[in-house]
Amino acid sequence: MTPKDLSIRRGIIFLLATVAVAWAGGDLRAVGVTGWDSYSVRIVNLMGINAVLAMSLNLINGFTGQFSLGHAGFMAVGAYTTALLTMDPVTKKMVYFMTPIIPPLQNLTLPFIVALLFGGAMAALFAAMVGVPSLQLRGDYLAIATLGFAEIIRLVIQNAQVITNGALGLKGIPAKVNLWWTIGVALCTYVLLRNLLQSSFGRALRSIRENETAAQAMGINLFRHKMISFLISSFVAGVGGGLLASLLTTIDPVMFKFPLTFQILLTVVLGGMGSLSGSVLAAAIVTYLMEFLRIVEEPRTLGFLTIPGIPGLRMVIFSFALVIVVIWYPRGLLGDGEFSVGRMLNSFRRMVTRRRAAV
Amino acid sequence: MTINLFFQHLANAISLGSLYALIAIGYTMVYGILRLINFAHGDLLMVAAYVVFYAQGIFHLPLLPSVGLAVVLTTATGVIIERAAYRPLRNSPRSTILISAIGISFLLENLAIVVFGGRPKSFPLPQWLDIGSAAQIGQVTIENITFAIPVVTVTLLYVLLYIVQKTKTGMAMRAVAKDFETARLMGISVDRIIAVTFSLGSALAAVGGIMWSMKFPQINPLMGMMPGLKCFIAAVFGGIGNIAGAVVGGFVLGVVEIMIVAFLPDVSGYRDAFAFVILIAMLLVRPTGLIGEKAAEKV
Repeated sequence: MTPKDLSIRRGIIFLLATVAVAWAGGDLRAVGVTGWDSYSVRIVNLMGINAVLAMSLNLINGFTGQFSLGHAGFMAVGAYTTALLTMDPVTKKMVYFMTPIIPPLQNLTLPFIVALLFGGAMAALFAAMVGVPSLQLRGDYLAIATLGFAEIIRLVIQNAQVITNGALGLKGIPAKVNLWWTIGVALCTYVLLRNLLQSSFGRALRSIRENETAAQAMGINLFRHKMISFLISSFVAGVGGGLLASLLTTIDPVMFKFPLTFQILLTVVLGGMGSLSGSVLAAAIVTYLMEFLRIVEEPRTLGFLTIPGIPGLRMVIFSFALVIVVIWYPRGLLGDGEFSVGRMLNSFRRMVTRRRAAV
Repeated sequence: MTINLFFQHLANAISLGSLYALIAIGYTMVYGILRLINFAHGDLLMVAAYVVFYAQGIFHLPLLPSVGLAVVLTTATGVIIERAAYRPLRNSPRSTILISAIGISFLLENLAIVVFGGRPKSFPLPQWLDIGSAAQIGQVTIENITFAIPVVTVTLLYVLLYIVQKTKTGMAMRAVAKDFETARLMGISVDRIIAVTFSLGSALAAVGGIMWSMKFPQINPLMGMMPGLKCFIAAVFGGIGNIAGAVVGGFVLGVVEIMIVAFLPDVSGYRDAFAFVILIAMLLVRPTGLIGEKAAEKV
């Protein structure tokens, strides 16, 4: 079997597995077979969205080796585009009570999928604007330029009241997202990126990561490859932002600050720079921990003893975790390999035989 | 727009520019040696500001000792960060160290939120810096702090240039920046020189942070973020790795920011965005910066 067939087969298996999970979780819930409450469903939705975001950041940071820190900005573009294109005219009139929205957007309502894709496309467009100057250079300029650009996007959103409602944010975004959407998009992203990375284009990206000079000597057009990778990454980030907007139904400029990018970066590093399945795994873990660790921020009563909650401690734990992972486990969960049942069984078998040999 | 108003803004611009310059030096020195954007550098401003705040507010120290304490503690923080988070990664890929720097920056900010509280605090100003204590030169009013900042900056710059250009340590710093391996072969303790570089940069950041808080007397745990980014941009603008470049970049950035806000009040909401626009324009036109020389890629 050629590697291409193999990747398609793997993709299909993965697809089926995830559909099964989504079906078990999402559809059965609807008929009341599994007892998932709305909170658990929301967390799984968040896991799916975070997996999408982490995979997209991994494409540019982990696989291409170009450091982008602008994910929050691209997500903001996607979120606002999707929100503006799906909200109905009546809600818009209510939300824009300070300054009315400009005409063409006033009565425009599109199907969710179109709006989502449009959001991704807008994010890619913005990415092109920052990518053209900064991807021509070597070094960390992309990091600082994207970081700044995300901030500019946020400032524009905050100031352009006639389009984005400024600092007031948007409310009443139609909640179209369900498990089908989040898990489905995560799946599509996985299959798309996985196939992309196994193509010759994907190999070119990895060679750029390993050694730019050598890659160039092999005839790879550095700028073109970096740019396409960056555009795809931002497109997916925009789609992820759109999903998030529809899940939360409320967005405002403040939520798209740098900590959002930081959380995705943490996920990517934890899963392993250069491992798609690692990103998915880490997205589930980080999303779960984000919720689980809320207990440290809330006051708790242990019998006679009351422990006051410390607001902000979650982020301390997460930033500390990032530093620890980077210093001691720089490969993260899966390094630059992918999750595979066969390999796991193999290492398990090896562990068993080693133990036997020791005995 | 009268000429007086112009000079008024110019005075503010020079003052802000020299603050930027002071902080940008720390970025440029570290980048020159480690090729690392030290994201945590901006947060050192915050550390220094809070040390002064608590030294004056709780321990009732006079201004000068508390400034001294802040410089010492901030320098220690900078050196500890280098020792704990950057040195173990000396041989790792550059992006790994960058992530570590981002993590440290985030850690400092969030620790500060937990320890100092997230609400902004008003910075205690000494009498001679209070609002309204200002000098009149013709029609132009210059607040004492606006005048003091450039004076302190120029003095510190002179000291720094003396260290870098005239002392043996400074010579070693330049050598390490030029070529890591060769410097090591020449018997320079690279680790020690990097620590010295971090301590110099952190000390300047401490002074910068204290003066920043005197100019904008509201301190909060995230106060170092924006100035940090802008000052890195100033360093890139002037030519990263070059001390004179950082100073020029800092002044240019300060002047541009103040003047655009002054003459085009409509866009003042985008004040923080100018620096990034300048950066992107500079990367397009002259990526090596104003006075940076092009470094050949070593293969």
